Amino acid sequence: MILSDYIPGTGLLWRLPPGSKLLALAALGTLLLAVPRLDLAALTFAAVIALYLGSGLGWRVIWRILRPMLVILAVIAGAQWWLFDALSAAMVALRLAALLLFASLVTLTTRASDMIAAFERALFWLRPLGVNPAKVSLALSLALRFIPVLGAITAEVREAQRARGLERSVIATAVPVIVRLLKMADDIADAIEARGYDPAPQSPRPTGDTRP
Amino acid sequence: MIELRDVTHRYGERVVLQDLSLRLEERRVAVIGGNGSGKSSFARLLNGLQLPSEGQVLIDGLDTRTEGKAVRRRVGFVFQNPDNQIVFPVVEEDLAFGLKNLRLPRDEIRARVESALARYDLTELREHPAHLLSGGQKQLLALAGVMAMAPAHIVFDEPTTLLDLRNKRRVARAIAELPQNVVMISHDLELLRDFDRVIVLDEGRIVADDRPGPAIDFYERRMA
Repeated sequence: MILSDYIPGTGLLWRLPPGSKLLALAALGTLLLAVPRLDLAALTFAAVIALYLGSGLGWRVIWRILRPMLVILAVIAGAQWWLFDALSAAMVALRLAALLLFASLVTLTTRASDMIAAFERALFWLRPLGVNPAKVSLALSLALRFIPVLGAITAEVREAQRARGLERSVIATAVPVIVRLLKMADDIADAIEARGYDPAPQSPRPTGDTRP
Repeated sequence: MIELRDVTHRYGERVVLQDLSLRLEERRVAVIGGNGSGKSSFARLLNGLQLPSEGQVLIDGLDTRTEGKAVRRRVGFVFQNPDNQIVFPVVEEDLAFGLKNLRLPRDEIRARVESALARYDLTELREHPAHLLSGGQKQLLALAGVMAMAPAHIVFDEPTTLLDLRNKRRVARAIAELPQNVVMISHDLELLRDFDRVIVLDEGRIVADDRPGPAIDFYERRMA
């Protein structure tokens, strides 16, 4: 599930609270696994496709999501066919595809910040155990934000090492990447602090210095 | 007003700023100096990111040592590399981050985000992934994120170093239009010609403190 896949929109699915979409995803997953029937899997798959088309997301988006999974779906379906029968293979493949598409539909129609806020609310019960949900949610958003940056840094370092003829050396890539990531982590921590981050529970009004 | 009283700062045994006493009352103050002269440490002292080893740093009378949170509300900080300053994956989410930290009501957060987006030509990019912005757009987003918090002072730590000429001019224009007091750390001497005051640091000491013309001339002679 890629949380940063959001596509801007104003339809009903975009307006639904993220918590309700996550609950629906959990309920659908439970139902499909608890009731292993081909007609249910087929109906759910068709309904999820209808949700995509009804939301204006279209076949191109569906294909973009399913395409990377086709090999895995084919392997799982093949194993099912070999172990059981064709109907079982179809049921498992349709069930997985429906769940994958529905999970993607949740992320496509929910902003990362709304999703993270929903996680933060859902994790309130961890507070008595000493876990701060605000810190967990910030860690999630930082992970989303910096995955592409990590990719870019690794590509830069690999290119630099290739120019020096060290493309086969894992250490020649890993060491500079780790050093840059550690430096970046320090800078990000400073930036978060400079922007007034305070993981204490939110109060409704500003506190402290209120001078203009 | 920003005031440093007998400030000395060390990293372990190494002294990076030595016995500085200053009052910064002008609207545009620049700090220049060679590598390792103590410029970045100076900048970080101004919003409490670092505390001085000795002495006091006062921002509008607030001591960074005892009132760090209040100081950070009054002093915005724009870093050299905007990639390390943008925390959320989407443009408008990142703009809202600092405002949520201020515990502002939701309506005010929305209004300030709208205003910052419009001011820095980011409205059409509001739902754009931050990592796909150009270097100039990222630096403008970092500046917009700080500006939305309405600080009284803004410290810039070499904000144009990583930018091409067009983006450098764009960011320089945005900085010139700021109503806030600005303290700018920079190697970009052209950017500082219109400033009110330029301070030259060398090995942690002030070696010149003047109008831009004479201060920059002094610095160029010293670096020759």
